[in-house]
Amino acid sequence: MNDLFTYTLRLGDDALIAAQRTAEWIAAAPQLEEDVALGNIGLDQLGQARTLLQYAGQLEGAGRSEDDLAYFRDERDFLNLQLCELPSGDFAHTIARLLYFATYQHLLYEELRGSADETLAGVAGKAVKEVAYHVDHATQWVLRLGDGTEVSHLRMQAGLDAMWPYTAEMFASDELVRRLPVAVDPSKLQDEWSRRVTEVIDESTCTRPTSSYQHSGGREGRHTEHLGYLLAELQHVARSHPGASW
Amino acid sequence: MGEVADPEVPVLTIADLGVLRGVRREGDEVVVTITPTYSGCPAMDVIRHEVELTLQALQVDGRVETVLSPAWTTDWMSEEGKAKLTEYGIAPPTGQRAVGGPISLSLTIRCPLCGSPDTTELSRFGSTSCKSLWRCNSCREPFDHFKAI
Repeated sequence: MNDLFTYTLRLGDDALIAAQRTAEWIAAAPQLEEDVALGNIGLDQLGQARTLLQYAGQLEGAGRSEDDLAYFRDERDFLNLQLCELPSGDFAHTIARLLYFATYQHLLYEELRGSADETLAGVAGKAVKEVAYHVDHATQWVLRLGDGTEVSHLRMQAGLDAMWPYTAEMFASDELVRRLPVAVDPSKLQDEWSRRVTEVIDESTCTRPTSSYQHSGGREGRHTEHLGYLLAELQHVARSHPGASW
Repeated sequence: MGEVADPEVPVLTIADLGVLRGVRREGDEVVVTITPTYSGCPAMDVIRHEVELTLQALQVDGRVETVLSPAWTTDWMSEEGKAKLTEYGIAPPTGQRAVGGPISLSLTIRCPLCGSPDTTELSRFGSTSCKSLWRCNSCREPFDHFKAI
């Protein structure tokens, strides 16, 4: 399988699965403005996913469209980070994930803007500006909840703790990213990510989690039990009525 | 071609917005290049369709190409476009980004309805990806702001 296809699929799957989880909050967020905000963030992620999956389809050369890749692959064929597929849970869990993931995406896209691959550089140049707003949104909420009431502080801390064991996977380097010159080796983003995230958590009066056990496997198609349920919801209409349009 | 309107903000044309990047001739074909404001902008499909209809109406063979780079920025919005936005009740982009710099800034946006600078941001995300939601403390009206990106 071609390396660039696999790399593009990883980035596209991260964006697609994150978009699906984020969109779950529409009409269920704590306030109307938050419905709109998370809806917009999910839409940005979906837009990134569409361009990346479309490009992956071209690279593969087997005639698969963005829709084929999104709707007609099974769980083991998805290469997204496990962090993206975890249940939305408590609102603070979602915000913790957004802080971790958007900060990572921002650093990644900043680097990828300089990639020699024109399409990846184009997606990154566009997305980096959108993701800056996602980081800002997550930061404002972590500060407000962490430094809020006793209850909001406890729940923010619980969210940060619950998502933490899935963060190391974002920075795991492997053979593929090392031999693909247009890719960004994510391991070099970790120090700056850690610095930025720690600064927000410290300011919010929460404590940076220190859990030592870290999950992994998403990049090889090994997922948590939650991805299957997410895909069932994402894919069932397309699979029940293949080729339908409206 | 520059007369095709943005389906979300119909007072603006795609030329005002900077979404229309170019029109060129390739042999017997006309190629119209457009770029999305945001990656997920749902208006792009409608805009592409409208451009195709315009080509058909002009009886020109052509196609529409979408480009991502250079990435769209509110700096490309024409002065005329900004004036039309204000008149429509949407505060135009200021040229200063609210995020992305070393520190997050709170910038004052003038109310497009009464002109007061005494306004409050209610949400950084508004009715579409490209807008944020504000309220004027003088005339008490809520309004959209086309945020700088």
